[in-house]
Parts: sequence; C-alpha cells; structure tokens
Amino acid sequence: MAGIESGLYELGRLDQFARLDSSVHRLDPRAKVITTFVFLVCVVSFGRYDLLGLLPFALFPVALASEGGLPFRYLGGRLLAAAPFAAVIGMFNPLLDRAPVTMLGGVVVAAGWVSFASIVLRFLLTTAAALALIGTTGMNRVCSALERLGVPDVFATQLLFLYRYIFVLGDEASRMMRARSLRSFGKRGMGLAVLGQILGHLLLRTYARASRVYDAMLCRGFDGRIRSANRLRFTRTDVLFVLGWSALFVVFRLYNVPLLVGRAVTGLVG
Amino acid sequence: MSHHSVDVCGLGFAYPDGTQALTDISFHIGHGESVAVVGANGAGKSTLLMHLIGILSPAHGDVRIGEVPVTRDTLVDIRKAVGMVFQDPDDQLFMPTVAEDVAFGPTNLGLPAADIAARVTDALTRVDAIHLADRPPYRLSGGEKRAVAIATVLAMCPNLLVMDEPTSNLDPRARRRLIGLLATFEHTKIIATHDLDMAADLCERTIVISNGTVAADGPTKEIFADDALLAACQLERPLGMQGCPVCGGLATP
Repeated sequence: MAGIESGLYELGRLDQFARLDSSVHRLDPRAKVITTFVFLVCVVSFGRYDLLGLLPFALFPVALASEGGLPFRYLGGRLLAAAPFAAVIGMFNPLLDRAPVTMLGGVVVAAGWVSFASIVLRFLLTTAAALALIGTTGMNRVCSALERLGVPDVFATQLLFLYRYIFVLGDEASRMMRARSLRSFGKRGMGLAVLGQILGHLLLRTYARASRVYDAMLCRGFDGRIRSANRLRFTRTDVLFVLGWSALFVVFRLYNVPLLVGRAVTGLVG
Repeated sequence: MSHHSVDVCGLGFAYPDGTQALTDISFHIGHGESVAVVGANGAGKSTLLMHLIGILSPAHGDVRIGEVPVTRDTLVDIRKAVGMVFQDPDDQLFMPTVAEDVAFGPTNLGLPAADIAARVTDALTRVDAIHLADRPPYRLSGGEKRAVAIATVLAMCPNLLVMDEPTSNLDPRARRRLIGLLATFEHTKIIATHDLDMAADLCERTIVISNGTVAADGPTKEIFADDALLAACQLERPLGMQGCPVCGGLATP
C-alpha cells in the first residue's frame, strides 16, 4: 500500500535532515527542547480569538528550519498533510459562534471564523516547531534530552521505541495490505470485515514482536533503564539560545507586536 | 570460574498452551566446541536455545553454564557469559543507530564511556560494519543487519555464542562471508540451523533434535552421512555431501 510506504519514507527523511550539520544541529538537544516547550506554552496560552498576536511566533520555526537546512517545501508538505486534523477540530466554531466581531471589506466576520483561524494557526505553529525540532535534532536525541530533563524513563523509552518500531510495523502493515490487494482483484477485498481482521492480526504480531524485542533486551543486561552513551554538554551558546528565544516569546506573548508595529507605522504616516 | 561449557540434563518444557516442546534433552558441550543443533521445523531448537539464556525456565531438568545453574538469581551472570543472536535482526536492533545499539549491552554492564566506545569500534570492525555506525538499523540490508546483530553480542565479550538461524535470508555471498566470520570466532558456539552445509563447514559436532528429544549427538560428518537417521528426523544430507546432480559422482575433497 503506497500510502503507508510513502508516509514512512517521509518520516525517514526527517531523520536524514537530523543528521546534517549546522549551528542549530550542534546545539544541545535540551536547549532546543526547553525552548520549544516555552514556545508551545506561549502559543497555546493565547485567548481563543487571538490571531494577530500569534503571527510573530512563526519566526521560531522559520529560523530553526532555515538555519538547520530543513527545506521549507518539505516542512510545508508535512504541515499540509496534518492540517485537516486541525480543521476538523475547529470546523464547528463558525457554525456555533456567529457573533459578529468585525467587518472585512464589507463582509461581517463572525467570531467563530476568528477562533477557527486561531486554532488552525496555532496548530500550524506548534506542528512546525515540533517538526523543526525533530528535523534539526533527531528523535533519539530529543528522547535523551527529555530523559535528562527529568521526564520519567518510561515515557522517554516508550517514545524512542514507538519511533523505532513504527517502521517495522509500517512494513508489516504494508505487506499485509499488499497481500490482501493481490488476492482481491481490484475489488475492496471484502471491505471492513477483512480490514478489521488485518488490524487484529497486526496487533497480535506487534505483541509477539514486542516480547521478542524485550527478550533481546534482557539478554543484553536491560534493567528498565535505557542508558544513553551520548555525552551532552550545555554550553554558553545553549544558554543564550534558550534565554534569547524565551525572552522573545514572552515579549510576543505580552505585547501584540503586529498591532504595535501597525500603530507605529500609521502614527508615523498620520 | 569458567563459563565456557554447557550442561543440559533431562530438560523438559511445555508451553502454556500445552504444546510439549522439549521432553528429555541432555548433553554436555565443552570449552571451545562448535556445535550445530539441527532438526525439523517445530522440533524444539529455538525453545532449547531460549533455555540456555534463561528466557524460558525448564519444567524439569536443569541447564548449567560453566558450573552455574541457569536460575532467576543467576540470570545477570548467565547473560554476561552467553551472547544470543536472534533469528530476526529486527528484534535485536532496537536502538536508533547502529553504534548505540552495539553500545547498549556494554552500557548496561556499567562500563566507562571510553571502554564502551572501544568495544563498539572493535565489535563493528570485526564484523566489517564500522562504516554503518551512524546509520539507523531499519535502513540496513538483511546481511548488514545480521552483521550488526552479531556485533551487538560480540561487544558484550561473551564466552559462549548462541545463534538461531544465522544464515537465514542471506544472499549467497553474505552467507559465505558470515560463515567466514563465524569461523574466526574462538568462542564456544551453539548454532541452531537448517543450513546443514554451514553446519558441515563450521561445526565438528552436531546434535539432532526430534520431537523434543536428542535423536543423535556426534561428529557432524558421521551424522550427515547417516541417511536413515536424517530421513527419520525430516532432514537430508547437505548439498555438499550429495552426489553431483548431473553425473551422480561425489565431489572429491
């Protein structure tokens, strides 16, 4: 099934970008994780009708991606693929919340549309930041950063394994789907009933594999903790990165920068 | 204390669903021996290997590595001494990069960072996979995965190597290289396999398992020449010991 395979391929590309070398890649992963966390908190904490104030936050993912050599085309493609989720979450807002808030070119804009746009924008910002983080750091380094920052081992390990085995699972799923389509001769292969069985089968296989992987881990002395051999070093550049960006996010959060700029410009013109 | 020998005595095991996998297995493997464990599908080879490293515990009988019985209390020592290479490398390579995967065992042993790095380099060099160090395991070919899976075990410096079907799914050249590699190891080796030609190349001794018992245990050449025994255990002579398909003649050694 091409969908699964191409999805895995795209995910694998994120890993390839993470192995590039740039000033962003060289930062301590903890610095990037903390900064991204501050970014997320600031973006999420905006009110439901805030739209303008969110715009300056785009600076962070854009800066990270351009400095880290992450192609905008790729990033844009991934965002578009994920955007429908946000649209579904916000799609009832324009229907339920019809209070007029403003006029745009003679058309009354309902509050619901503003909150819908705000949801989508926030989704795009947070997803772009997460993609930029992983694309310039790599999932494994993000996980070891989380672990060093005090996130319980269980979560960091789960995340690591989820990422590692999503490829194996995806391969198995695509092989099963291919086997089904080869014997369904252009029809939908008995539809949902078979799909349900395939999923059930996949779950059982996953379970069997999980226990084999666990055995293999036990054989090599696993005791419940993944110890990373990577040495992480928090340098002055990392401190500056965290403090600089976090301060900027706080300013963006407290002051509506586009509004201030707009006022300054109109004030000057006026 | 030597961890290089294996003693299995009256081993029996049934899976929770009632399948009697092993009924009565006994053998002794001495220091430095290279032993093939062969048998039909479902004969109990993999189940036997799982007992050697304490993943399964015997229903009756016992397993000793060196003089140490394999029990819950000795598992840590046993697993330091016995390196197991699993049948599917994807089960064995779970870390994000090859180097981290090879480092997993030594890190759990609590070695200092410099030693871990040295072991990783050494193990990957021995299997000729040092160029793969920074690659993610799921991007490797079957042969590369197998080589790296062996490196993960070598990095633990085990006394005893236990392998489940090491040559399965390899192309002829990768298989030949693997056989060459295994021949260089001086560990005590126990190899469960259907690849009888490899067994003939690598192992001077063969244990035939059939229906959960030892059907035969002796020099590989003698066992592989016993057609009646092989047929009874659903096996056949390795190709290298069969006559030429064209003229019927045997290859001269």
